[in-house]
Amino acid sequence: MSNHEWMTPKAKAIPKESSEWEQGRYGPVWPKTPACYGFTIIADVIPGRAETIRNYGVKLEEALKGSPEILAPLKLHYLRWVLFDNDTRFMYQGIFDTDFDKYTEDAIQLFGLAGVDTVFENLVGFPTDWKTNAPAFIKFVREHQCNSFLEYGEYPFVSADEIKKALKLKAAFSEMLDQMQ
Amino acid sequence: MLELDDIQHYLLTRPHATIAEYVFVTFKNAESGRNWIASLLDTVGNAKTVMAASDTDMRWVSMAFTFNGLKALGLDEESLSTFPEPFRQGMAARAAMLGDTGANHPDHWEDHMASPDLHAVVILFARDKAEKERCIAKHQEYLHQNPGVQVLSTLHLEAIPPYDYVHEHFGYRDRITTPVIEGLGIEPSPGSHPPSKPGEFFLGYPDESGAIVPLPKPEALTKNGSYIAYRKMQEHVGAFRDYLKANGKTVEEQELIAAKMMGRWRKSGAPLVLSPDKDDHELGFDDSRNNMFDYEKMDPHGYACPVGAHIRRMNVRDNSVSQIMHRRLIIRRGGTYGPHLPDDAPEDGANRGIAVFAGCADISRQFEFLISVWANDTGFEELNERDPFCGLQDGTLDMVIPKRPIKRRLKNIPAFTNVRGGAYFFLPGISGLKYLATLNVKR
Repeated sequence: MSNHEWMTPKAKAIPKESSEWEQGRYGPVWPKTPACYGFTIIADVIPGRAETIRNYGVKLEEALKGSPEILAPLKLHYLRWVLFDNDTRFMYQGIFDTDFDKYTEDAIQLFGLAGVDTVFENLVGFPTDWKTNAPAFIKFVREHQCNSFLEYGEYPFVSADEIKKALKLKAAFSEMLDQMQ
Repeated sequence: MLELDDIQHYLLTRPHATIAEYVFVTFKNAESGRNWIASLLDTVGNAKTVMAASDTDMRWVSMAFTFNGLKALGLDEESLSTFPEPFRQGMAARAAMLGDTGANHPDHWEDHMASPDLHAVVILFARDKAEKERCIAKHQEYLHQNPGVQVLSTLHLEAIPPYDYVHEHFGYRDRITTPVIEGLGIEPSPGSHPPSKPGEFFLGYPDESGAIVPLPKPEALTKNGSYIAYRKMQEHVGAFRDYLKANGKTVEEQELIAAKMMGRWRKSGAPLVLSPDKDDHELGFDDSRNNMFDYEKMDPHGYACPVGAHIRRMNVRDNSVSQIMHRRLIIRRGGTYGPHLPDDAPEDGANRGIAVFAGCADISRQFEFLISVWANDTGFEELNERDPFCGLQDGTLDMVIPKRPIKRRLKNIPAFTNVRGGAYFFLPGISGLKYLATLNVKR
């Protein structure tokens, strides 16, 4: 990245809709912001299923211990899972370096491997035939996506790979300095 | 098990043909269109007979239809609405998403490819010129009998010299890697993808998800069918050779740059991962070895095969990039059009290139993903590059060749190719063709 753009914190206001957004395979692509690509799904929980959802937290933690690289193709920074409004509503928020439209099918497959799909089955309106009906899955996700109207990046547009590379470089330098003692 | 006697041979076999002709037609009225299909039906080979037949049985015709074509033939609105959106919209309407902008925009397409009047394509294969002439003359007869079917354009395809290996105009050896379908008794070459479930390419069969995706209606039309996405890519051979000369002092260096952009050596197809410094003819032509490599373990930084090389973008072989590569496969069919430009000849401005069909069961997941993301997404592996051959290039992007101690940068990659046309077709099974031939006619 040129000019050390990552040194200057930056915010971006996002309109509700824009004709300027690039059209992807499944609809408009929400723009990249200083906080990279974002993705927030909010949906109602099927009554009585909140505990089922909560229990998946532990399962997911274990699944990722077993194969930590499982979500690598999605180029993620963070995922946040929230139950709120007295466990009647659910929020799933991800920060990615890739936009969701491009890697939709990868996401569905990886959600499957990580058990996320089964969490979604506890949400009101989630298509029961999602396994054979990718367009219905995508439609659900797009209908429940809530756009940010403002996003902020302390180190804008920096990707997870760049952060990891920088840390590896720092470690390598430390090692080099150790060897020179 | 695949119903081979009901599937058109096109995606499953390769007749021993050196010549082909694409004939793009429009239907002025439905009845003529249906009669025309009926008259050609006997020449459309199914996969079973073409696979088994001797070269004397040359029923090598294939027929496919655009969404507008199905509409023009009289398919009812309710059925039409069950076809997937990309097919209903057509390739030209999805150009911006595919990256077909600038010089590749449908406004510049040839052969009436962006026209709503494009209704069908007939693909004729022939063993030689005389046989092709006979086929075309016969087709003329059918057209004469059905004046409501009119030819919009034709494209002649023919292998180019040297004839001892299959290659395109830039000289790259072609057809090294192709998907294998489960249940046909064909073993994939070592290192290639395991056999695909039939539903990845043919409608009505389980795909890699294990399920059968519901068919568009009516099933009598769509069972055993496939989608084939057409791309006509002009190849600017002079510009390509000039670029190699400008970036390589010696012939060897030029050949290395050509290989770095592709990921395989031009004349043999030997993969750079296995032979990074020089071509290895024997390796390239040895199917037991020419796909026996990965990137993740053998070449993680791209010192042998750059991360932005064509084959590394289009077939990623790397779990951290994609865990669903088996859901992104296409069966490629097609060949070269236009005159051969000899090695020592200057650019003559002739229109030459490749005209290919990509066979799949899901246009968006398979074909459109490959073009819009792996070919054209500058964010792919954070390279800020596009595919040097099938991505949109206008001289503003570079390509990095990883190298110790310091990477090399191929500056300002020009457009070696331009998209000159494209369309989405549905390739029905044999009974699907019969359904169309008798549509709205009392059975």
